[in-house]
Amino acid sequence: MSSPRIIWRKSLNYVMLTLTGVAAFAVVSVLFLILGYLIWNGGTSLSLNFFTQLPKPVGETGGGMANAIVGSLKLLFLAAVMGLPVGLLAGVYLAEFGGKTFSFIVRYTTDLLNGVPSIVIGIFAYSLVVLPVKHFSALAGGVALGIMVIPITVRSTEEFLRAVPGNMREAAMALGASKWKTIATVVLPAASGGILTGMLLALARVAGETAPLLFTAFGNRFWSQGWGQPIASLPVMIYTYAVAPYDDWHRQAWAAGLVLLALVLLSNLGARFILARSKAV
Amino acid sequence: MSVSATTIAHEVPPQAGPRAFLHRLRQGDEIAHLITLTFAAIILLLTSMLVYELWRNSHLSRTAFGWSFFWTKVWDPNFDNFGAAPFIYGTIVTSAVALILAVPLGLASAIFLSELAPRNISDVISFLIDLLAAVPSVIYGLLGIFIVVPLMRTTLGPLLINTVGNLPYVGALFRGPNYGVGFLTAGIVLAIMVVPFIISVSREVLLTVPREQREAAMALGATRWESTWQVVVPWARTGIMGSVFLALARALGETMAVTMVIGNAAAIKASLLAPGDTIASTIANQFTEATGDLYLSSLIELGLVLFLITFILNGLARILIVATERGGGRPA
Repeated sequence: MSSPRIIWRKSLNYVMLTLTGVAAFAVVSVLFLILGYLIWNGGTSLSLNFFTQLPKPVGETGGGMANAIVGSLKLLFLAAVMGLPVGLLAGVYLAEFGGKTFSFIVRYTTDLLNGVPSIVIGIFAYSLVVLPVKHFSALAGGVALGIMVIPITVRSTEEFLRAVPGNMREAAMALGASKWKTIATVVLPAASGGILTGMLLALARVAGETAPLLFTAFGNRFWSQGWGQPIASLPVMIYTYAVAPYDDWHRQAWAAGLVLLALVLLSNLGARFILARSKAV
Repeated sequence: MSVSATTIAHEVPPQAGPRAFLHRLRQGDEIAHLITLTFAAIILLLTSMLVYELWRNSHLSRTAFGWSFFWTKVWDPNFDNFGAAPFIYGTIVTSAVALILAVPLGLASAIFLSELAPRNISDVISFLIDLLAAVPSVIYGLLGIFIVVPLMRTTLGPLLINTVGNLPYVGALFRGPNYGVGFLTAGIVLAIMVVPFIISVSREVLLTVPREQREAAMALGATRWESTWQVVVPWARTGIMGSVFLALARALGETMAVTMVIGNAAAIKASLLAPGDTIASTIANQFTEATGDLYLSSLIELGLVLFLITFILNGLARILIVATERGGGRPA
């Protein structure tokens, strides 16, 4: 029965199916390679000093990136304050109030904004905040990251609001609640787990952004002197240290890379945990 | 739910007209509508301001060079002579290399996850791949500098030069000095970065293909692979194309990882092993050092070009993905 043709088709079947499996595991193993390499190189360079000390001048070993850690947190704070409210309320508009044409335009523009390369967002923040005052500032970095937070928050907020069953809205309306009261007291709380997840993911994404900070927040080897002054951040420090020709700086870059990756991956895991729990309730 | 009794007293009166409007206004619906509308409009405003600022600030460069900006091969800050050709070339070459490597790998993985792997294993792997997409680009750059670049310099580069480099035609791509940094290195790092996007979007699209399609092919005697390759993949091809466009848009705009491994040289070279520059890496490298107004304006025009390219690609990608999810692709 088994003609050469059948044997050929069957072997092709096995070979190709195996190759797809190999491809999938190759991609996943890249993640473990990244994690392993970073933990190996970063772990051996990481010490308490990294979290408590300022960067040392070239030639002196030791020192840390305390200013960059605080700087990253400050930039994230600014991004959250500026970006999250816009994203949340625009998401509420799209899910609860939006008319057809205008919603379509807003949704399309949001996707567009999401796809704009981060370096271009950096140029935008530069011309908005840096050009008028003629110097780099933490504020400019915050604006750049805040703009990047908006589209992600909008889409996740809308998605999770839409997932709230319609009969919950109807039940609240039937009890005499006005529309906004229904949204504020019934719909938003029901979707809060998902919305929070979306916000956390948005912040996790911008936490690792480097390109928009290069010419907005710029960088600083000391503590920042305020919101209007240049400020250090972990991603920019990693870039500066990695391309510099000093071995000691490379070690610091690995340590910073490990801290940054841990921050980003943990918030991703945390976000998914919140989502899983809010779904179970 | 926690709707207080007082709201029940404020029932909407049946009559329409300005009184009903005032009533709704008092209840807050119109105000809430207006507030959320304002924030939605802020997004439109921000995006138009983005375009306007790029346009306005690139004015000097646009008037000085006109269209020749796109094909001038010189980028010389000392003599205020700027052309984008080397960077457009570098952007296209690195993205092409990235897609050539990433599309087969990504599509194969997506096929494995949607067609072969049991659902729970597929979900775990997809979760890990999503994590891979969350790794910041500067980390990919860091690993690129310290793993891919040395590998390229000591092993892969010489290997390519001694084997493929001797072939006619294609050989020209793998000749000349090998520094470790260059178009190929940047393309490899980019491929690793965009693969997760191709996988997760393609997997979603493949999962929407109706089961009857697979069953019908199998019933006609097709093997698993034949039903996948000749029926399922063609059905989903529009969506898969969409995922490729998304990946391309990302590869074109990727900055940090490329800047760290491409070698930063404004030159058009046939060899993939030669150092170069992309639009994004040039902006990242030179923006803070741009001294003259024309210099800065030219860099901002580069940003404008990058924006327009990704704008068009993202639009295309979205249309393709929506088209497949709505009606299913055209069956082959």
